[in-house]
Amino acid sequence: MRYIFEPGFFASGQVHTALLVGAVIAITSAVVGVFTVTRGQSFAGHSLADISVTGGSGAFFIGVSQFWGYLAFGAGAAAFIEMIGVQRRRGRDVATGVVLGGALGLAALFLYLGTQTSSTTGATFTILFGSLFVLTSSTVPALIVSALIALVTVIVLARVLLLSSLSPDIAAARGVNVRLAGAVFLMALAISVALSAMVIGALLSTALLIGPAATALKVARGPVRAMVTAAAIGVLATWLGIVLSYDSFYWRPAGKGWPVSFFIVVLVAGAYLVTYFKPSRPIPPQPAQEHTCSPAL
Amino acid sequence: MFSSFMMNTWIAGTAVAVIAGVMGFFAVLRGSTFAAHAIPNGAFAGAAGAGLLGLNALVGLAVFSIAGALGIAGLSRRSRPDVATALTFVLMLGVGALFVSWSTGYAQEAYKLLFGETYGVSADEVTPLLVLGAVSIAAILVMFRPLMLSSALPEVAAARGVSPQRMELAFLLIMALATSMTVPVVGALLMFSLMIGPAAAARSFTASPVVALALSVGLALVTVWIGLALAYETNWPLGFFVGIMGAGFFLMGQAWTALRTRSLITDGGASPTPA
Repeated sequence: MRYIFEPGFFASGQVHTALLVGAVIAITSAVVGVFTVTRGQSFAGHSLADISVTGGSGAFFIGVSQFWGYLAFGAGAAAFIEMIGVQRRRGRDVATGVVLGGALGLAALFLYLGTQTSSTTGATFTILFGSLFVLTSSTVPALIVSALIALVTVIVLARVLLLSSLSPDIAAARGVNVRLAGAVFLMALAISVALSAMVIGALLSTALLIGPAATALKVARGPVRAMVTAAAIGVLATWLGIVLSYDSFYWRPAGKGWPVSFFIVVLVAGAYLVTYFKPSRPIPPQPAQEHTCSPAL
Repeated sequence: MFSSFMMNTWIAGTAVAVIAGVMGFFAVLRGSTFAAHAIPNGAFAGAAGAGLLGLNALVGLAVFSIAGALGIAGLSRRSRPDVATALTFVLMLGVGALFVSWSTGYAQEAYKLLFGETYGVSADEVTPLLVLGAVSIAAILVMFRPLMLSSALPEVAAARGVSPQRMELAFLLIMALATSMTVPVVGALLMFSLMIGPAAAARSFTASPVVALALSVGLALVTVWIGLALAYETNWPLGFFVGIMGAGFFLMGQAWTALRTRSLITDGGASPTPA
């Protein structure tokens, strides 16, 4: 056991917080991720993480709590993407790209203005790559509550979302407001992604959103099993990543620990590659077929 | 503003705008906007690795952007393209995070790669930029017809013997080539904004592909030139002006489309589809 868990692993308060928050974020991301992958909205998921980071740096600049900066920018961007995004997937990706491009411009400005007043080039890095070990325990309760809101929203809407993802026409015929369901989902996605981007960085946020869900959809039959499998993979990868990162403290070459993001990303991507060559299960049908009519883009 | 010190910046900016306009047009047409975001941003990990090994950043950028293109195209064979892109992208960034944690005092350098350092482009940087830029434009021109066909009508292209997978791989490789030389000059984030904004706007102004391609290049040029002038005057980052102008052009394009559709209906003409 000593060789797996370095001495002091279970005694560290930082590790406890990291394990707890990591698990909450991993479960929320995995469940939301199953719908994100099924609906083909990976790009939106990643963009919302980047955009909420912009909000974080903006909040830093005007002196508001970063928590609200992240949430406000994430939710605002989700509304904007939904507003200009047409329902076809290609058009939606372009709309996402345009919003992301504009937001990244703002990020450049905020970071520039921020570095004028104080030296924060290191902040660029914490924002992008994050670190589970630098969490402050004061943000943990607010974080868990918001994560639960996103999780419950998605689970309550699960049936409607699945139907409108897999077959928008049948959903519409049954009286489901497909557009509204999509908008509510995008909002839940924004909250979940903004939180995880704040805690673990924009990079890890995308890894935990897409990786476990894509893996689970390859191996599990049925949406409920997929969600449970994805959550299990996410939590496992996160915890293993934390253990490895803690162990790596004396590893070469730097002798200061390898980043936890690196381990989690490699584990998540590795899990996907293992299932990648499994032939049996077909890829889920494409959402939002071309016949939903919308202005040309 | 037009002193000899700034001349290299104007030349480099103009070259980048032409490349971004052309690459962006096809990225938007093919729906490869996620790949257009992932390749320049992920390639930055390569620059971090090259820094560790004491190599030229351009080598690292080229290796990682080509690896990214191969990864996306390879994984797309058996999974959804957006999932393949997301996983390749996070893997590249994860390795980048490891490299950055190994090196010391890299933060300033990385900021430069993400957000670009347009002022102080040296003559040594301009030459490889122009050469590699010319190569990528030439490559696009050589495969112009099959690329256009497989982007606009994938089924027809496949029936005519144009393999969609091979076309995607070729396109991503050219994107990787174009990216590895533009990122050191304008930064990964700006390159993405410059590819998507003008190209998306151009498509809402016209239905003709050739006119849209020309318009995309034109709008990218206008964006870069105005951006450079404003950035020079205000000292604010160029990426800000490029990002905002790209989004602005796109919104103008959307408004134009909406107005035209409405005028068609009120004129009693055949309205395309009831919105």
